[in-house]
Amino acid sequence: MSFPLLTAVAVLPALGAIATAAVPAARRTAAKWLALAVSLATLVLAAVVAFRFDPGGDRYQLTESYSWIADFGVRYELGVDGIAVALIALTALLVPFVILAGWHDADSLEGEEGPNRRWRPTQGFFALILAVEAMVIISFEATDVFLFYIFFEAMLIPMYFLIGGFGDRAGPHGEEETAKQRSYAAVKFLLYNLAGGLIMLAAVIGLYAVTADQLGEGTFSLQAIVEARQAGELTMGENTERLLFLGFFFAFAVKAPLWPLHTWLPNAMGESTAPVAVLITAVVDKVGTFAMLRFCLGLFPGASEWATPVIVVLALVSIIYGALLAIGQRDIKRLVAYASISHFGFIVLGIFAMTSQGQGGATLYMVNHGISTAVLMLIVGFLISRRGSRLIADYGGVQKVAPVLAGTFLVGGLATLSLPGLAPFVSEFLVLVGTFTRYPAAGVVATLGIVLAALYVLVLYQRTMTGPVRPEVERMPDLRKRELLVVAPLIALLIFLGVFPKPLTDIVNPAVEHTLSDVRMTDPKPEVEAAK
Amino acid sequence: METSIGLLVAAPLLGAAVLLCGGRRLDRVGHWVGTALAAASFVLAAVLFADMLGREADERSLHQHVFSWIPVGGFQADVAFQLDQLSMTFVLLITGVGTLIHVYSIGYMEHDERRRRFFGYLNLFLAAMLLLVLADNYLLLYAGWEGVGLASYLLIGFWQHKPSAATAAKKAFIVNRVGDIGLSIAIMIMFSTFGTFAFGPVLDSVGETGEGTATAIGLMLLLAACGKSAQVPLQSWLGDAMEGPTPVSALIHAATMVTAGVYLIVRSGAIFEAAPTAQTAVVTVGAITLLFGAIVGCAKDDIKKALAGSTMSQIGYMVLAAGLGPIGYVFAIMHLVTHGFFKAGLFLGAGSVMHGMNDEVDMRRYGGLRKYMPITFVTFGLGYLAIIGFPGLSGFFSKDKIIEAAFARGGTEGWILGGAALLGAAITAFYMTRVMLMTFFGEERWRNAPAPSPERPDVEPVAQGGGEYEVPRPHESPRSMTVPMIVLAFGSVFAGGLFSWGDAFVNWLAPVTTFEHGHPPISAATVTAATVVALLLGVGLAWLQYGRKPVPVVAPRGSLLTRAARRDLLQDDFNHVVLVKPGEYLTRGLVYLDHTVVDGVVNGTAAAVGGLSGRARRLQNGYARSYAVSMFGGAAILIAATLLMRAV
Amino acid sequence: MNPVNYLFLAALLFTIGASGVLLRRNAIVVFMSIELMLNAANLALVTFSRMHGNLDGQIIAFFTMVVAAAEVVVGLAIIVTIFRSRHSASVDDAGLMKL
Repeated sequence: MSFPLLTAVAVLPALGAIATAAVPAARRTAAKWLALAVSLATLVLAAVVAFRFDPGGDRYQLTESYSWIADFGVRYELGVDGIAVALIALTALLVPFVILAGWHDADSLEGEEGPNRRWRPTQGFFALILAVEAMVIISFEATDVFLFYIFFEAMLIPMYFLIGGFGDRAGPHGEEETAKQRSYAAVKFLLYNLAGGLIMLAAVIGLYAVTADQLGEGTFSLQAIVEARQAGELTMGENTERLLFLGFFFAFAVKAPLWPLHTWLPNAMGESTAPVAVLITAVVDKVGTFAMLRFCLGLFPGASEWATPVIVVLALVSIIYGALLAIGQRDIKRLVAYASISHFGFIVLGIFAMTSQGQGGATLYMVNHGISTAVLMLIVGFLISRRGSRLIADYGGVQKVAPVLAGTFLVGGLATLSLPGLAPFVSEFLVLVGTFTRYPAAGVVATLGIVLAALYVLVLYQRTMTGPVRPEVERMPDLRKRELLVVAPLIALLIFLGVFPKPLTDIVNPAVEHTLSDVRMTDPKPEVEAAK
Repeated sequence: METSIGLLVAAPLLGAAVLLCGGRRLDRVGHWVGTALAAASFVLAAVLFADMLGREADERSLHQHVFSWIPVGGFQADVAFQLDQLSMTFVLLITGVGTLIHVYSIGYMEHDERRRRFFGYLNLFLAAMLLLVLADNYLLLYAGWEGVGLASYLLIGFWQHKPSAATAAKKAFIVNRVGDIGLSIAIMIMFSTFGTFAFGPVLDSVGETGEGTATAIGLMLLLAACGKSAQVPLQSWLGDAMEGPTPVSALIHAATMVTAGVYLIVRSGAIFEAAPTAQTAVVTVGAITLLFGAIVGCAKDDIKKALAGSTMSQIGYMVLAAGLGPIGYVFAIMHLVTHGFFKAGLFLGAGSVMHGMNDEVDMRRYGGLRKYMPITFVTFGLGYLAIIGFPGLSGFFSKDKIIEAAFARGGTEGWILGGAALLGAAITAFYMTRVMLMTFFGEERWRNAPAPSPERPDVEPVAQGGGEYEVPRPHESPRSMTVPMIVLAFGSVFAGGLFSWGDAFVNWLAPVTTFEHGHPPISAATVTAATVVALLLGVGLAWLQYGRKPVPVVAPRGSLLTRAARRDLLQDDFNHVVLVKPGEYLTRGLVYLDHTVVDGVVNGTAAAVGGLSGRARRLQNGYARSYAVSMFGGAAILIAATLLMRAV
Repeated sequence: MNPVNYLFLAALLFTIGASGVLLRRNAIVVFMSIELMLNAANLALVTFSRMHGNLDGQIIAFFTMVVAAAEVVVGLAIIVTIFRSRHSASVDDAGLMKL
């Protein structure tokens, strides 16, 4: 038996989380370094996974399969395709930067009083981040529906504590109100996702019942179900399939988040610290869109096709609505959150365009959006920590006093508005083209999103960074070494993937082809060729 | 030779990377690095040009495939360059004028502490612009297209501490993005129709698709061109873009970037030829803009904004010519090149005047400057003669040909277009003479100019930091600034004649863009005569108003048209009422709705559950005996039910 | 004698006990009423055991007596403690079960 690489990638941060939590209270700094070391080691392992993965090989590789709860056919089954490899790499890559960016976010403050005085265990903060990483990675690896479900839900626990326990101190309405808002945000996050998860649980049980009914013994194994479908051994009734699809999709749409299930995201991202906000939108939410590709399309191809028109419309609404709301925000972090909602609209649109450009673009979009939002949000965090306010109106002229901060902020913003040369352009254009070839009208409407994106990014930049220097920001220091260390590699990566995305597309393309063949779809032929 | 095409782009790109990431260490040498790399690109372009001249006309096109950019399924985007005669023309113009303006900026930006960054942005612009004209497919062109938009954004807003500059930069980028939608939709249509978006295959097979598709692509490309080239209805950003440093206005907003739309239309000629409706739209836009820009140019007192109106108008000529098909392509490009020389020269001259006048831009505060700035006066004067189309100078040859081609369109359309172009020529002569007279002739109004009037806050006498108003002491600019102006003046004088010598330019471009001789309904000589008459009329009118009578320092109220033209013919007001305000209400409304309705539904559900459990909680009153009653009651009901079931 | 009569007696005792629990406030009396109900149940169990010739009922009755004895020990202790702290043995005063 070969070395269980996939288990190792997930278990390493889990063990790291336990170890970090166990560091004695007095040795805070040691806990930080330990967490950083573990996350870097995970990154190395993830890189090994990426190199061992052969894009031309089997659909699922590095597989591991053990019986777990034999009575219910639950198996511990792991395996990665190109899409999962890309997202595991993204997760493993971002977490070290998240840890580094949040280096001082969980330090206890001297003489802190009032409702914001809280037990700020540094160890806990970093342990929770590692725990989230472990659970996200295993969700990307799981090919057993039940196994996936468990970690999909379990992720909520550490996230809840990260949002509720380590909030942003720069609330707009004083400390007491901030604390209240924070706990509201954490509970809202939990309730939304829990509601989605419970509906999914019903669908998971339903899936088991269907397989048990038709295959003799129930199974949760994705591969087994897909194979049985293709062999004609498993035929779901039309209505059953649709109901089960909706159950799954609802959970993923909450997580993604898709309009109108999005309202938890601005609260959660606004109230948590910037690194945690990055963790939410760049890492955890990706599980939702990833699961749409892997589970919704793989398990319920017929129902996916049936639901596509509605989902495409919802995605378009998300794109435009998110962008418009971003324009209307007064709070920088909420602005970034609404921008993310707009971007998730693009991802969902790409997935349900059912073309290789759309789905390939959506996968790339997940990775690129992760990196670009991380850059923008982390710099926003650095900015907010300097001035102690989240309101756009409290800034002005920062460019003059902190040119490097402003410059990197602009790069993050330009990535958000998908400027060619930066990674998000590649994915956004692929999604648009992929959508256009199948639904021209939807493609055109989605294109409007790129103007709105320019509007919210540049208005934000103009109001915060340009103009006369406000007295409050006069003494603002420029980016420190640690902060530059966080931002610079991510920006370099954005440029690299924008100019040369081929390594990524090479990994993703075969997986997308498999997914398309699951739903029995092929790309529309060019009009000229079709006419011949 | 093929392998060196990429270097054309790489050199300025390297410069941008080094200058923008290098930090303060490079402050002292940054401008030299930037200029050297721009010059290197120009030298390489010259070498490639010599090489190209040495080959037969049909073997001149070079191709370089660098790497595969985005390969996903049938979508194959490559980073690949194509250097043919059309690209070569642009490359020489961009690198040539670009290098001159780098040299000019060394002097112009000498006292700016962020000069290194300025040169970084200029190099970034050169790289993006070269990418735009060298790309061999529409997607790579799009990358360059947005790249120049970014460079333009950064340079317009270079003096970011001025809110007006920051706003102008943002406006330019966003209006351009509206145009960019057109380009990206055009690419999508191409991909779904032809399965590719490389120039060769698309332009070759455009005939195989229906006219409807070709029209759609054409109109989308026109939208893109309107955004980038400041054509009606997306022209509103160009006037504001003059907030940028003057070398930027000369390079980007006069000579090169704004002409990208013309390049796009000429490059996609085959598409427009397959779609007559789209062609009509192009000439209409061109004709309207050439009058629109000219009218705006007549009313502006800000020297740069007057020149910006003129740029808009001249590009209108080019777009008009490009829309005429094979009879116009070559002349569109020819006017583009000559315009590149004389308009860049005029802007540099304006910059030189501002340099000597404490950054004053209001022409009503100039006057009689020819004595103090002889070199500027002469070079500016030559540029002036070139732009109004004085016989023998560059502008004469190119503009005359365009007017001729417009008449040659034939029918009523031809008369309308030709008439508009002639009228435009007259107005051009009027507003340029006005600029000339107000700046270099007449009394020296700057001696007794009052402090800036509160009604015109946009005209600050001292651009940086405000402060006390001091009477300027006009002086000639340093050599680094005058030399580029002299070189450009040479171009303004001789380029047109050189190009027309034995139809050299036509023969050069015809293999790429195709060329047909137009046959105007009136003889070519008549057209030329009419052009000269129009020109004299314009000059004469301007002299009557601004040469014979003294120019008031404070602008008179003026007629309704003048007032409208001062406000860019109410374009901004229109946008404000139709787009900005409703947009604001929409976003505000949505923010409210998101909080009350979308969130409210969910919160309402939660509240309902909460209310229900509040009711239920009252049952728990804490009295042990009441619990006991319910227990007994419950047990009794259970037993009764069991007995009943038994009985049934 | 007809064993059914014992059942009537048991029912009567249970009713008396139940009314005591529901109607009386004094914890000691409530407690005694509960004992009465338990014993009514015991009586019923033993009677059924006798009627059906099956010993299970008697065994359960023994268990009940043991449990009842244990309950008396704990219950009385609690009542005495409550009385000591509150100077009252009324069940309505001990409203701690309310949230």
